[in-house]
This record gives sequence, C-alpha cells and structure tokens, in this order.
Amino acid sequence: MLIWLIGGPVLAAMIAFAVPSNRWRPWVVPLGALLHLALTCYCANQVDISAFHNWLRLDPLGRVFLVFVSVFFFICALYAPGYLAHESERSNRVLCACLLLALSAMTLVTLSHHLGLMWIAVEATTLSTAPCIYFNHNARSLEATWKYLLICSVGLALALFGSFCLAYASLFAGEPSTLLFDDLVREATHLSVPWLHVAFIVTFVGYGTKMGLAPMHTWLPDAHGESPAMVSALLSGALLNVAFLAILRMYHICAAAGEGPFARRIMLGMGLASMGLTAVSMSRQRDIKRIIAYSSIEHMGMLMFGMGVGGVAVFGALLHMIHNGLTKGWLFLSAGNVYYVYGTKDTGKIRGMLRRVPWSGWMLLVGVFAITGSPPFGPFVSEFQILSTTFKTGHLSAGLLFLVLLLLVFFGMAGIVIQCSLGPCPEPSEDTGRHENVAMVLPVLFYMGLILLLGVYTPPFLQQWINEAVAFLQTAASSVRLLPQ
Amino acid sequence: MQTIEPVLVFALLLNFFILGNSRMWAVIYAVAVQGAALGAMYPIAHQQGLYGSGPEPWSTIAWLTVLTLAIIGIKGILIPRLLFRAMRDADIQWHIESAIGILPSLLIGAAGASLALVFARRLPLVGGHTSALVIPAALATMLTGFLVLITRKLVLSQVLGYILLENGIFIFGLLLIEAVPILVELGVVLDLVVCVFVMGIIINHVNRSLPAATAEHLSTLRE
Repeated sequence: MLIWLIGGPVLAAMIAFAVPSNRWRPWVVPLGALLHLALTCYCANQVDISAFHNWLRLDPLGRVFLVFVSVFFFICALYAPGYLAHESERSNRVLCACLLLALSAMTLVTLSHHLGLMWIAVEATTLSTAPCIYFNHNARSLEATWKYLLICSVGLALALFGSFCLAYASLFAGEPSTLLFDDLVREATHLSVPWLHVAFIVTFVGYGTKMGLAPMHTWLPDAHGESPAMVSALLSGALLNVAFLAILRMYHICAAAGEGPFARRIMLGMGLASMGLTAVSMSRQRDIKRIIAYSSIEHMGMLMFGMGVGGVAVFGALLHMIHNGLTKGWLFLSAGNVYYVYGTKDTGKIRGMLRRVPWSGWMLLVGVFAITGSPPFGPFVSEFQILSTTFKTGHLSAGLLFLVLLLLVFFGMAGIVIQCSLGPCPEPSEDTGRHENVAMVLPVLFYMGLILLLGVYTPPFLQQWINEAVAFLQTAASSVRLLPQ
Repeated sequence: MQTIEPVLVFALLLNFFILGNSRMWAVIYAVAVQGAALGAMYPIAHQQGLYGSGPEPWSTIAWLTVLTLAIIGIKGILIPRLLFRAMRDADIQWHIESAIGILPSLLIGAAGASLALVFARRLPLVGGHTSALVIPAALATMLTGFLVLITRKLVLSQVLGYILLENGIFIFGLLLIEAVPILVELGVVLDLVVCVFVMGIIINHVNRSLPAATAEHLSTLRE
C-alpha cells in the first residue's frame, strides 16, 4: 500500500509527460492528487503498516505530515488547470510532471524510516521542484533556480554528512552500525554523545537550509518570488514543512538519547533568529510575493520556537505547521492572481487592489491578517498555544521577544498590503485588461474555508492524530526500552 | 586503515593545489584525480573491514567492483568531461577569479586543515580508527570545498566547490563502509546531483541570459 502512495504520483507524472495536449495535460495533476488523497485517506487509519524491512513505515508523526501534504497538494493542484490556461503559449509538460514527482518525493520523506532514504527523498524534492521554479525561463527565474539548487544541495550534502556522523555515533553502541531510524531510537542511550551533538548540529544546519531558517534562508525569497504562483505555494506550504519533519526525526533521536534540552536550546535560538530576520527585512520589501516568502521564514522560525519550548508547545507547533501551510497556499495563490491581473509584483505600482481584483484582493488582505495571527483564523489558535506554553514554562524573555517580533512583522506586512489594497485603480492605459476567474478563485476559497474552520474548531480526529504524534516524539524511546533486549 | 593514509595525504595536498591554482582546467583535473583516487580506496577500506569474517560471497565482490568502477567513472571521467564541455559550450573564461585572492585562500585553507586536525582529536574514535587521518582529511576537504564555494566567482567554480565538499563527505564515509551498507550508493547519488548541475549549465546556456556565467551576475535578486 505504501508503495502505491509513492508510486501512484510517479505513474501520474509519466502520464502527464506522455499527454500530448498542452490544454488537457494540467488536468492530470489534480487527478493524480485526488488519487493520492484517496490512498492517503485509506492508509491514515492503519498506523504502523510498513514495507521493505521497516525502511518505510507510517508512524503517527509521519501521518500528520502525509495527510497534510496530500490535502494541501490536492487544493494546490486544482489551481493548475486555471492557471496554466493563461500560459498556453509555453509547454507545461515538464512543470506538470515535476509537480507530481515532487508529491511522490514528499510522500517518501514522510514515510521513510531510514535516514539515508529520507535524505535521498529530500534531495529528490529539491531536484524535482527546480524545473518548476524555472518555468518562466527568464534571467530572474534562472538566477533563483540556480541559487535554490546550489544552496539547498550544499545544505543537503551537510545533512548527509550529519547522518554519517550519527551512524558513527551508533558504532559506539556496539551494535552493527545502522541508519535505520527505529534502531537508532532504540539504541539512542548508547550513542556517543559528542558525535550525537555534531550529528544534530550538522543535520540541523543541513535540513534547516532546506527549511529556510535564518541565516541559511538566502535562497528562499528568490525562489518563492520568481516561481509560478502554485509552485511558490507548494514550496512554502508543503516543502518547507517536509524539511521540518526531517529535523523532527533527528530531534527524536536526540530526545531519545536524553539530549533533548541540548537540541531544544538550538531550536529556540534559531527560531528566534528567523523571526528576528523577518521583522527586520519585512518592511523593506517591494515585491508582493517576497513579502509572503519572508513570512514563511518567520513561521518556520515559529515552528522551531515551539519545538524549542517543548511540552504542550510541541502540539502547538505541529498544529501551526498545518495552519501556516494552508494559509501560505491561500496567500500565494491570491497573490498570484493579483500578479496576473496587474502584470507586476511591485508593491509601489499595485494600487486599488480591492476594486480592481475584488475577490483576490480581499482574500489577500484578509489572508495577511490571518497569517499575522488575527483571531478567527487557524494561525491565531496555534500561535496562542505556543505562546501560552512559553509563558507557563517560564521562558518569560523569549515569550516577550516572540510577541514583539510578531507585532513588528504585523505592522510591516499589513502596512504594505493595505497600501496596495486602497487607492485608485490603475489608469486604463496602464491596465493589462485581464480579469480573475472562477478557476483561479475557487482553490483559494477552499484554503480559506479550511483555515476559518480550523480557527474555530479543531476536529477531534486531528486533535487525536497530533496528540499521538506528540506522544510518539516523547515516549518512543522509553516504551521501546521496556521491551526485553 | 594505514594503507589508505598515503592517499589521504595526497588528497590533502590536492586541496592546497586547488586553492593555489588560478587555471580552470588544472582545477578540474585536480578535483577529478582526487575523486578517482578516493573511489579507488573504497574496495581497500571495505576489505579491511571484512578481514576475519570469512570468504566473501561472489555477489558482494561483483557489487563492490561495479560500485568502484561507477565511482571512478563518474568522478574521474564523466564529471570532468561534462565540465569541459560546459566550459566550451557556455564560453566560460579559463582564468579563475577569487574574491579574496590566492594567497589568503591558501592561508585560510592551511588554518582550516590545522584546525581540522585539532578538532578531530576532541572527538572520540572507535578502537582501530585511532591512528587514522580520515576525520581530519574529511573535515579539511569539506572546508576547502566551502572556501571555493564562497570565494570563487564563476558558476563552474561553485560546482567544483560542491564536488570537493562531496569528496570530503566520501572520505568520512570510508570509516563507515563496513558498518552501513548503502552509504556508498548515497555518495553516488551526490555525484549524480553534480551531473544535473553541469547539465543545467550546458542545456540552459547560463551565459546566454547571464553574460560570462559568473556568479557575480547572479545578483539581480537581493534584499
């Protein structure tokens, strides 16, 4: 079954590659995504199915990520046909195939229980999304793609080195050395501590690069800014979160070895650094998509902050992973619509958004309030959970800093977008004459609806899944150790 | 582990050669020779790990041979050929420019190598690995890779820096060869990524949209 989850999208990618018609090909993407979603729903209730001698396993933590990626990708894929209809002069063969390959690679990351396999899968997500970023085939997108490929690959090479260090640490355990995740967690207490520290730091830097944490974030605003709207949404909403999962796997091993506090200190510091970077650079941005990209860096920082605080904040962080991802899909797609209608991303030239593009304009404006933590939406709930735990556990100064940074980002982001929303519509001579349509607005409404729903009501099954994931992160070591050796 | 030490010293010397040379073709050859020499070490390191465990089945030996040939073939022949082709097709200049000059990069490289030696002592080693030069050589080669990545201005030089980084990781992997089975295969994947990079340069003719294919021109997108 797990093999179908990974192989299904690959098959769909092949079909997309083979379809000759540029007009019909984009429909393969939502169909493939629907198939994946159906398989995911089928698998979601059978945790602990495994394949290939435990190299692949669906565990409670992976399940949260798998279901999220599948739902997110499906809504994002619905946007593809409408969007690509406007780009009909350019072949979308590579784009469609690579989107589906990326889905397969992300699924593999969520399922793999072997650090080497997981590393290959993360590398595969990088390679498969790079052609998507280059879709516009101009100098700017080439530059963004090159930066993305090179910086992420260097980061991932480091992550591989870190995995090797971990394997070396396990040579000390006396057991035959291994990269199998379950064995590492079971033997965690015997691992050599200095090597474990080196391994965690190096993999954290490596996968942190892919996740876009400051100061390794430099590729992120460029790649998100220059790629087509749905690719930006996919990068920001799903791919960064998948890298987050890779870091969580390493953290799990550290925590099982009793080195949790060490790892959490690093995560807390790096989280605050990413938020600080966003707070400083947000107000200087002059590009509507880069603004959202910087917000991604901020929220990846928040996830790290939540993990760093620990306790109930881990629940908050996992919930925020979902809320932030869906909101990013909403923001990037509506910003893509605005870009399409105005023909520019320059915030200095976009005026009167609410009148010129009523649907997308309003959605973008409301989305900015949602992502900065305004009440009835999802991110508020999860951010509140992280923050209240921070204060309860006595991290007073970190909590206050978190609040100040949130406020700074809010002012920076809302200021720019409100300016774009108001004012006169562009003169007819400057206008592109394009209009938004239902196919472009509907997927955004889906994201919006989900976030609104999650803001007022967390479904019991989701709560249970996340609780199980948190329990999996915390207790796996001790419960396994109780078993007779 | 003693048998591979001369090769590790050779690899370290090549690091300095790379940092001190300003001709692109020389650097491409040096990186290729380093990669191929390390690839040839793979069966030796593997054999040493298996002494005393009885005769090996022929399938292991066959797989070992295939992998060794693949590594040497990719690192020593395929990648340099692709790089030379990229240089020809994309009209990349033959002279390497460094942001900090040759002498400072040599000095930083030397400092890095000494620090690697000191740092490696602080990490505990499994018995039998104690005399090995493996960890310092790995760290020093990775540092050289980073130095090349950061300071060299040509896009192609960045690819070379990435290969050096990868060679360093491969050296570290020699310690684990008998312990972790698929490690070397992972290294081959890294090599394939390099091929993708270079193919990207060739196919997209980075120079057409970006004159002279220097990383300096990759600066439209900034804060």
